[in-house]
Amino acid sequence: MKKRIFALTMATAMTVGLLSGCGGGADTTPAPTSNGGDAATAAIKIGGAGPLTGAAAIYGNAAAYGAQIAAEEINALGGLQIDLRYEDDAHDAEKSVNAYNTLKGWGMQVFLGSVTSTPGVATSVEANADHMFYLTPSASSTDVLGGMANPLTGSVDIDRKPTVFQMCFVDPNQGSASAQYIFDQKLGEKIAVIYKNDDVYSTGVYNSFDSKAKELGLNVVSVTTFTEDTKTDFSVQLNNAKDAGADLVFLPMYYDAAALIFTQANAMGYAPKWFGIDGMDGILSVEGFDTSLAEGVMLLTPFNADAEDEATKSFVEKYQAAHGEVPNQFAADAYDCVYAIYNAMTKAGVTADMSASDICDKLVAEFTSMSFDGLTGEGMTWGADGAVTKSPKGMVIQNGAYVGMD
Amino acid sequence: MNKLKTMSPANRTNFLTYAMVILAFAIFQPLSVKGMLSPTLQGQLVPICAYVVMALSLNLTVGILGELSLGHAGFMSVGAFSGAVCASALQNAIPNAGLRLAVAMVVGAVFAGVVGTLISVPVLRLNGDYLAIVTLAFGQIIKSVVENLYVGVDSKGLHMSFLQPTVKLGEGGRMILNGPMGIPNISKISTFLAGFLLILVTLAVIFNLVNSRSGRAIMALRDNRIAAESVGINVTKYKMMAFVISAALAGAAGSLFALGQNTIVASKFDFNTSILILVYVVLGGQGKMWGSILAATFLTVLPETNAMRDLRDYRMLAYAIVLILVMLATNSPAVQGFFAKFFRKAPDNAEKGGEG
Repeated sequence: MKKRIFALTMATAMTVGLLSGCGGGADTTPAPTSNGGDAATAAIKIGGAGPLTGAAAIYGNAAAYGAQIAAEEINALGGLQIDLRYEDDAHDAEKSVNAYNTLKGWGMQVFLGSVTSTPGVATSVEANADHMFYLTPSASSTDVLGGMANPLTGSVDIDRKPTVFQMCFVDPNQGSASAQYIFDQKLGEKIAVIYKNDDVYSTGVYNSFDSKAKELGLNVVSVTTFTEDTKTDFSVQLNNAKDAGADLVFLPMYYDAAALIFTQANAMGYAPKWFGIDGMDGILSVEGFDTSLAEGVMLLTPFNADAEDEATKSFVEKYQAAHGEVPNQFAADAYDCVYAIYNAMTKAGVTADMSASDICDKLVAEFTSMSFDGLTGEGMTWGADGAVTKSPKGMVIQNGAYVGMD
Repeated sequence: MNKLKTMSPANRTNFLTYAMVILAFAIFQPLSVKGMLSPTLQGQLVPICAYVVMALSLNLTVGILGELSLGHAGFMSVGAFSGAVCASALQNAIPNAGLRLAVAMVVGAVFAGVVGTLISVPVLRLNGDYLAIVTLAFGQIIKSVVENLYVGVDSKGLHMSFLQPTVKLGEGGRMILNGPMGIPNISKISTFLAGFLLILVTLAVIFNLVNSRSGRAIMALRDNRIAAESVGINVTKYKMMAFVISAALAGAAGSLFALGQNTIVASKFDFNTSILILVYVVLGGQGKMWGSILAATFLTVLPETNAMRDLRDYRMLAYAIVLILVMLATNSPAVQGFFAKFFRKAPDNAEKGGEG
């Protein structure tokens, strides 16, 4: 009897395994090879790693979808073909290196980088050691690029990794730009900050905001923190800000925590102005979140899904058709990444039979000299430090949509 | 051959465990040097060794001492951060990478051992579930402490601050540990050879402890504490011995792990990691060192194999299903009976195979 139960369990499990295998296969095949059999041999293999599962999956999937749309468009043009493959890193440095190595085993020639910062720090070292070109859509920490001064001590802790470039703003730029923006627009008299102190991104932005705010003489009345383990209850932080009489709260964090902050602030009847950064982008697509609570939230982000230009409209339309939601900044950044690499490759005459190292040399030379127009900015340029120069757009949420503010 | 036959069963198991580790190293080291391994597996060699040592050391607490610890990743964290800070600070003082790694592992083991001693004072007054919960809390405390620690180095030496990043560095100084951002710039010096040696050392420590007077006292405590106390065994002393050795080995494993990564953050060594290591121990069999080695290796490699990667979104689901099935299978009387029969019928064959 027991043997039979065991056999039955095994048989069921194996069948389930087979089925899930099929499901997975069917899901993935159209993504990497939208080109035919002949073209596949002449396609450049571009890999990317991001959190496709786990708590940060929303960013990884957005980037993967965005990059995929760009790759499909490029492949439809004929000419240089792209074979795109994204691997899961579950927002973990160790797993991201595994993902990178898996892609290397696959024959990747250009790396689209990690989507989030901590894995980005790990994979950028690997890519630099392998002399692989690395353009990350959204890993915004200075540690990803290396060679930049630590905002706390002014010391340069990591050497510049010359093959690594970013499509997003580097963290300190976001923090100081936010402080500058709040100061210039006179958005708040008394400012409170809530940030996540076990997160590279949030802490990096806060540190630069803090030093810029001191320089400008902004009146910061309350600074409170939370961590991954305490991101479900913000009553202490909100009460602190409320008691200090803050009329503007700066939230350098991802939107999942921000959604809870808005809900809890609403419940306790606290309604200051909210100011976020690019991680806030996506707040409107949180499941079960009352988007009216985000009304009036300001954020600094390079991408506006409501922009009227042709490129943005077409991208948003395709994204919505495929995935049923409005693309966020991660998707747009990844889309731009693929196009920037494509432009640079066509200009430099890169072909699919070149080695990753040769392609890297050409792309680095091209990136430091070219100017690129994309969804997240016009006339973007890259310096030898790997950071992008583009201007952030101030956005405000009105009637459940992002609207540019001037 | 004859010697193997005449050994006591325990000695034979120990001998075969060493043989298994050495054989695996003898196969994979040349492949790794020649670059014949897939990049994924190549990159996983050091983490596998670290997880194996973690599983072995936790098995000492869980399998030999018989106490459930849910904060083992905390000791790994202590070892990882102290070892990595040490290696980073000694970069110029000890140019030889191998020596620096050895020093870092010793430092990691010492720090974790000290923390283990501190923790064991309150923890070992408790038993069973209460002890498990308290170790869980300590794992969280260690994580929070590391997340608020800032360490920098300049020509004058190490500078530290706690809670607030107020470290001031002189010319040419650099930050090593940035609180929640962890250590972003580790130079990888861990090697497969170092991992292999650490596994051998760990096995030697554990086997010798188990086969000693102290080891028998520890196991007596596990089997019946009241009976053990009644014959005059010092409960606190032996519990502490096992617990602290376990913590120190985990610290060395943490150093090995950290120095094989480009970056480490405190949140890596959270409750989930503790549970993961506990899974290795339970899957491999409590008290069975060879089981821990196999389980840690298998479960580290499995989710990164190409077959699993091809499952995409269903990867972790499939991983969980495999885990459940293996747990069921290894605990099923039918399967156990099958293997028992197999081993009873053909002990000669097995030994001949081992020799060839």
